[in-house]
Formats: sequence, structure tokens, C-alpha cells
Amino acid sequence: MNLTPEPLVYGLSSPGRVGVVLPESDVPVAPVPAWLERDSLPLPELDELTTVRHFTRLSQKNFSIDTNFYPLGSCTMKYNPKANEAAAAHPSWRNLHPYAGESMSQGALELVFRLQEILAEIGGFKAVSLQPAAGAHGELAGVFMIRKYHLERGDTRRVKILIPDSAHGTNPASCTMAGLEAVTIPSNAEGGVDLEALKAALGPELAGIMITNPNTLGLFERNIEEICRLVHESGGLVYGDGANMNAVTGVFRPGDAGIDVMHFNLHKTFSTPHGGGGPGVGMVAANATLAEFLPGPLVVKKGDVFALETPPKSIGRMKAFYGNFAVLVRAYAYVRMLGAEGLRRLAENAVLNANYLKVLVEKRWKVKYGRRCMHEFVASGDIAEGVHTLDVAKRLIDYGFHPPTIYFPLIVPEAVMIEPTETESKETLDAFAAVLDRIADEARDNPALLHDAPTTTPIGRLDEVAAARCPVLCYRA
Amino acid sequence: MKLDTNARYRKSHEWVRKDGAQYVVGISDHAQESLGDIVFVELPAVGKAFKQGDAFAVVESVKAASDVYLPMSGTILAVNDALEGAPDLINREPYAGGWLVKFEASNPAEWDGLLDASAYEAEASKE
Repeated sequence: MNLTPEPLVYGLSSPGRVGVVLPESDVPVAPVPAWLERDSLPLPELDELTTVRHFTRLSQKNFSIDTNFYPLGSCTMKYNPKANEAAAAHPSWRNLHPYAGESMSQGALELVFRLQEILAEIGGFKAVSLQPAAGAHGELAGVFMIRKYHLERGDTRRVKILIPDSAHGTNPASCTMAGLEAVTIPSNAEGGVDLEALKAALGPELAGIMITNPNTLGLFERNIEEICRLVHESGGLVYGDGANMNAVTGVFRPGDAGIDVMHFNLHKTFSTPHGGGGPGVGMVAANATLAEFLPGPLVVKKGDVFALETPPKSIGRMKAFYGNFAVLVRAYAYVRMLGAEGLRRLAENAVLNANYLKVLVEKRWKVKYGRRCMHEFVASGDIAEGVHTLDVAKRLIDYGFHPPTIYFPLIVPEAVMIEPTETESKETLDAFAAVLDRIADEARDNPALLHDAPTTTPIGRLDEVAAARCPVLCYRA
Repeated sequence: MKLDTNARYRKSHEWVRKDGAQYVVGISDHAQESLGDIVFVELPAVGKAFKQGDAFAVVESVKAASDVYLPMSGTILAVNDALEGAPDLINREPYAGGWLVKFEASNPAEWDGLLDASAYEAEASKE
């Protein structure tokens, strides 16, 4: 990593310097109304080479999956094959205009149609909308669909959505955004949904449940069919949060277990870029009960022709145009490269890698829910007196690893959530476990090393409290 | 963990104490310790009524944002304005300067169903 502090681009500015000299205008200059004119525009003034060097140096400070191991739990930071990029960069896709019209976009529509079909098959659902742009966006679409289903039937009392206490914070947020009320359901001693608490929460006000399987503890919810049955008997619907689909692709079809509507994150399981804004795709899939409520438009096949169509009772659009199309090309390339057999193997290897790493890590570190995990596991970072998870996370940076997700899920004190993904080699997993071992020694023998970390980065430990209480959000000269 | 023996508690880590005819509520020392540095507190409007166990406030730390539940049914009489500028009062003085709201109880009998300090300590140390 390039450790030299990089000045702000304004610090490199020199008055009057330009990178590109524009030719004289050869058309009459249109007058600008006086009220639109401004005296100054405080932009930096730089030549091309200075600009290129500035941004290249900044890019060298990046930490990414292409440079280092990134075991960020629940985020599935797997390697994104470069073949995906080659496919998405093909001029046939790249130069297609969103207003080109259906007759001139048949290839693109066919790709979307095929991807819809493949993802529906993977999930065990009837239909898929590729519109939503992120996981939480897909959740919101799904909760809107559940809400509209009840309202269409005149069942206006159903306002409550049950959410296990291990869920992602986006679940209750999506309920609130959709005007419904989130009700927390506690976990049992094994880390699954407490069935007695679930039964007590059922009733005529129940709109549905949002469930993540495997859950955020990296544990498969063994009672999933029973949970779906109980909720359905009570008149509610089941939303599946597909954030952790990487553990079960090609092995477990959520639709078969009774889940009515579900999102998958193409930017997690299906290897499209993740982090730094993606952009993502939180596609939403539905069974026969809810398919007609999917956000539109979907691509349908009429004879040999592909067309855009919005389902009859659709909740409407979730996004302009047709979702993040270039991301769909990458996901399509990925599923076609792997095939059905490969998709199953990716899940098997994700689970194998996580369990291998878990066995190494739990020799020294506490793992509260210790049974065999799926794609990730949750340890606790309070390895020694006065040492907290935050210190361990910062120390990992010094050893060249991205910290795992920390302080989540909330039901594990000092949580460290580790997801290696299937794309890492045994050597990388061994190296990471060896470093955690070394950090455990340091915590015992020389905790200052942890408290002062990171020391090998351009900027050291930040004051997170001050950053949250008194954030400075604008550049100040 | 520090406890206020004059207060009653809920398993979800709120304390409530009689203050003349009113009641005052905050979060326990154990709760502030688990949350870490608190950076933001969202308090309800004065005059708003809540049922026992309703979420009435949000406490946000560098780790998480958590709902806070009213231990007894009641109507909000006052909120602790000092927390807006100094949310760390909850970390420093959870049972004194870090109080959240004062309320008028609509069912004072609910007090008897709450945990006393030693029962709460036993619950909290199970975690």
C-alpha cells in the first residue's frame, strides 16, 4: 500500500493551470440569463499529469478483494471473475441506449429473461424481478408486496411483521419504510427462532415474518418449514432475506420450504462488484401467491419475441429503466460459467472454508453458537482483559487483512463475524488463522499493540466517537 | 456492574425510579457498558402516551442503535434536554445525569411486576 499522505486535490491546484484547452466555439454563444451567472466556481485547477498521478496514488491506497483477504461477515466478499467484466464491457451491451426500444433490444431482453428464469429455478420461485438495486431495496419491495397482498384482500388489520433478533437492521427498517410495524422475536439457545415466542406472536394482525436462512450467526434455520407453516396458518406471509444465499445455492431452494417472496443479492452470491456503491442488484423472487405483485417491468417471452411487461397487481416500479443492467450481464456470465453443478460446488466450498477456518479460530477465540456453521461464523473479540473487538479488528489491518464485520449480530457480545467465501485458498485461511493466533498472544503479552493499531496505514486509529458526535462533512480550506 | 438499589428494572436493561409523584427512566450501567460510547439519543415529545413495553426512545452508540422500552405505561412529562449536547452523560452517570424521560404512570401497580436490583443483576449476568 502507498503510505505517503496524499494532499487534497485542492492542495495541488495552481491558478490558471488547465489540463485540456478547448477549441474556440464555432457556433454563436447563447446568452446566459444574469440570474444564472456566478462570479466564482471554486474548482481545483490542474494539468492532466498531476491529476492522473493524484488519482492513481489514491487508488493505490485502496483495500479491495483484488489486493487482500476480505472476510467481512454477511457481505460475501468473494472474488469477482474478470471474465464478468469482459462480458459487461462488450460494445453490444455497453452502447445500448435505454430508450432503444424493444425491437432493437432483443438481445438484452433475452439476457434479462434468461437470468430471471435461472434465478427463479435456483430459488424455487415462480417469477423474478431484477429491478431492485440493493438488498434493502429488495426487502422493501418484498414488504410492499406482502402489504399489498393483504390490502387487496381487504384484510387491513395486518400490520405486524415478525423479525428475529439476529436479523440485519435493514429488516425492521424496511418494515417501517413500508408503514408496517416490526416485532422482534427472540432466538433460542441454538441460535434459531424461538418457536414458542413465534407462536405467541401470531394472530389476526400478523402480516408476515422476515427470515434470513442461514441466519446472521451462520446457522441454518432447521425449523424453516415449521416456521412457514405456522405463519401461513395464521394468515401471514413469509419473506426470505437472501443475504446469505451463498451458503445454500444449488442445495436448498427457499421456495420449496414455503417462503413466499425473497431477495438475493447478485453483488454477494453472484459475484458482481460489491462495496463502494456497487452498483448492486437486490432482485426479488416470488411464488404463485405473490408473483402478480412483483415490481415491474419484467421481461416476458411471447412466441420468439421478448417484451417488457408489468404484472397486473404490481407494486409499481422500484427503479428507473430496467435495474442495473450491466450488473445483470456480469451475473449472467457468472451463472453460465459455473452451471448448475458449479453453483452447488460454490456453496459447498463456502461452507467448507468457513468450517475449516472456524475450527482453527475456536482453538483460542470464543464462538458462542458452536455447532457446525454454514458460510460464516461469529466469534467474540474480548480475548483478554481490556481488549475489545474493535482493537482486534484494527490490529488485523496491520497484518494486511480486512477486519471482519464487528459488533453484529447484536445478540453476540463483542461479535466478530467471519465469512471467508469459497474463493479463498487453504493457504490464505491458514495465514489468517495464524495472524489471529498471534493477535491473541499480543492481547495477552502486549495489549498496547492492539490499542494503538493500526500503525501501518496512512492514517491511524480514528476517533469514532468524535466522528459520530461532531462529523465534519465538507471540505474546508 | 453498578446498580441503583432504589430503582426497579426490566430485562431489556431499563431502570425506573420514583421521583415524588413522577417516575424517571434511564438505561442501566450494564446497558451503557455493552453499547459503548453513546453518540446520539432520540427522545419522545412531552405529552406522548406509551403502554408498558413500548419503544419510547432510541439510543445510538458507535456500535448500534437500540430502542429503549418504557418499563411502565405512562405519559411523558419531561425529557432530558442535556443529552442532546452531551449524550455521553448516559455513559458517565447512567443512574443520575443520564436519565432519559420523566413520566406520569397510568398504572402504578405495574411497578410491582418489575425486577428489583438483585433480580436484574442475576438476569443481566446470564448474558
